[in-house]
This record gives sequence, C-alpha cells and structure tokens, in this order.
Amino acid sequence: MPLTNSLRDDILAAVPSLRAFAISLSGNADRADDLVQETLLRALANIDSFQPGSNLPAWLFTILRNLFRSDYRKRRREVEDAEGNYAKTLKTQPSQNAHLEFEEFRTALDKLPQDQREALILVGASGFSYEDAASICGCAVGTIKSRVNRARSKLAALLYVDGAEDFGPDETVRAVIGGSGG
Amino acid sequence: MKDLKSQASKSTTPGKGGLTPEIQSRIGHQLRAMYDDVVRQGVPDRFAELIKKLDAPGGESRNENGAGGSNDNNGRD
Repeated sequence: MPLTNSLRDDILAAVPSLRAFAISLSGNADRADDLVQETLLRALANIDSFQPGSNLPAWLFTILRNLFRSDYRKRRREVEDAEGNYAKTLKTQPSQNAHLEFEEFRTALDKLPQDQREALILVGASGFSYEDAASICGCAVGTIKSRVNRARSKLAALLYVDGAEDFGPDETVRAVIGGSGG
Repeated sequence: MKDLKSQASKSTTPGKGGLTPEIQSRIGHQLRAMYDDVVRQGVPDRFAELIKKLDAPGGESRNENGAGGSNDNNGRD
C-alpha cells in the first residue's frame, strides 16, 4: 500500500520497540540504531508489499530480525561490549545493586543461542503471540514454544542456580537451590 | 500472564530445568525491564527526521508541462 500519513505514523510508533528489540538482540546500542535505520529504509522502500490491515509491527520486526541475522553471519558480534555499551543508553542509571543485577542478566541473555534469545525476547518482552513470533522467525509455533522454554531454563540455570546469593533472601529460590551456601 | 496463573498453584514445584514459576516470573520481569527502558526513550530525532524526509515526494522536480506535449512545430512559415 502507498505510504499514507497514518501508515507513516504507525511506523514511527513502532520505532521505540524496534530499538528495544535491536538492542536486546545485539547488545550494542550503536549497532542497534543502525539496524533500526536500515529496517526503516527497507520498510519504506518495500512499503508496497505491506498488506493493509496486517500486523505492521510484526512486518517491521521481521525485516529487522532478518537484517540482524544476515549481519550476524558476516561479523559474529565483533563487539562484545554488551553491558557497558548498553548501560550508556539508559536514561536513568540504575543503582549499583540493580546495575549489577542488570549486567548479570544481560550477560546471561547473551549466552543463549541466537534462536532462543530472539524467541524469548519476542514473546517475553515484545509481547508477540507465539503465532506472530513464529511468523517473524519463519518457523513453526511449536518450535517457538520450545525455544522460549529452553531459553527460560537456561537463563534460570545461569542466573538463579549458580549465583543465587546475589539475589538476596528469596525463600522459594533458596529452597529450590537447596541452601548449599559457600 | 495466564500461564503464570495456571502454574501458580504448584508454586514451589520445580519445573524442568529448575524453572519454578517464581524464577520464570523473575526472568520475565528482568527481560521486560531491560526492554521497556529502551521503549521509554521514545523516537530519537534521527528516525523521526528520516521518516519525515522520505515521506516528501521523492524528486522536487515536478514539471508537469513538457511531458506529453508533442512539439509538432514544423517551423515552416
């Protein structure tokens, strides 16, 4: 469809979540914004192929995700400055404690296989349905579900089993871990 | 959210991989906190301007005359 004013507004409205997706995927704010820019240029250049009434955010996320993956293949995350660079993008600097926790989370997220990371972000943070996430990633719904589950389990293992002391008193967590203190 | 609710009853039963509902909800919370931090930053000027610019009709040269006017002037006086 042609680029109407309302379509343009809808694209603009999707920019904040596109950026969040890009940063979550890449762990690098500068690279994320380049990805968003490239996504917008592609989207506008191919706006005729967008079906009116279909899910615009999902369409844009698909473009970004594919760009990221082709880019990823080329340069296997040469900049691994995940948390340092990301922290600079935050408007409000988290408190020391929260910041540590955040860095741990970010580091753990980066340890996930890419398939699992993107599935978890799409479903757990972007709020897409399993169906939309499957269409964005070009795979079956069941595949997305199992990727999300594996991502959660792996994060749990990385964050809440090995480094459980970092999270303060939480009886349930401690009970699960078995209270084996060091 | 509905997933959490349905699992809440067996709250301390570890799922596979030690994934209790509490841990699952904690992961979800951190994931969204990370994500929403960026969302709240809104649209950087860079992108607003990009879209505005591309929205303007491509070339500014819109000369409507001359396109179809067959200049049939034989110039024979």
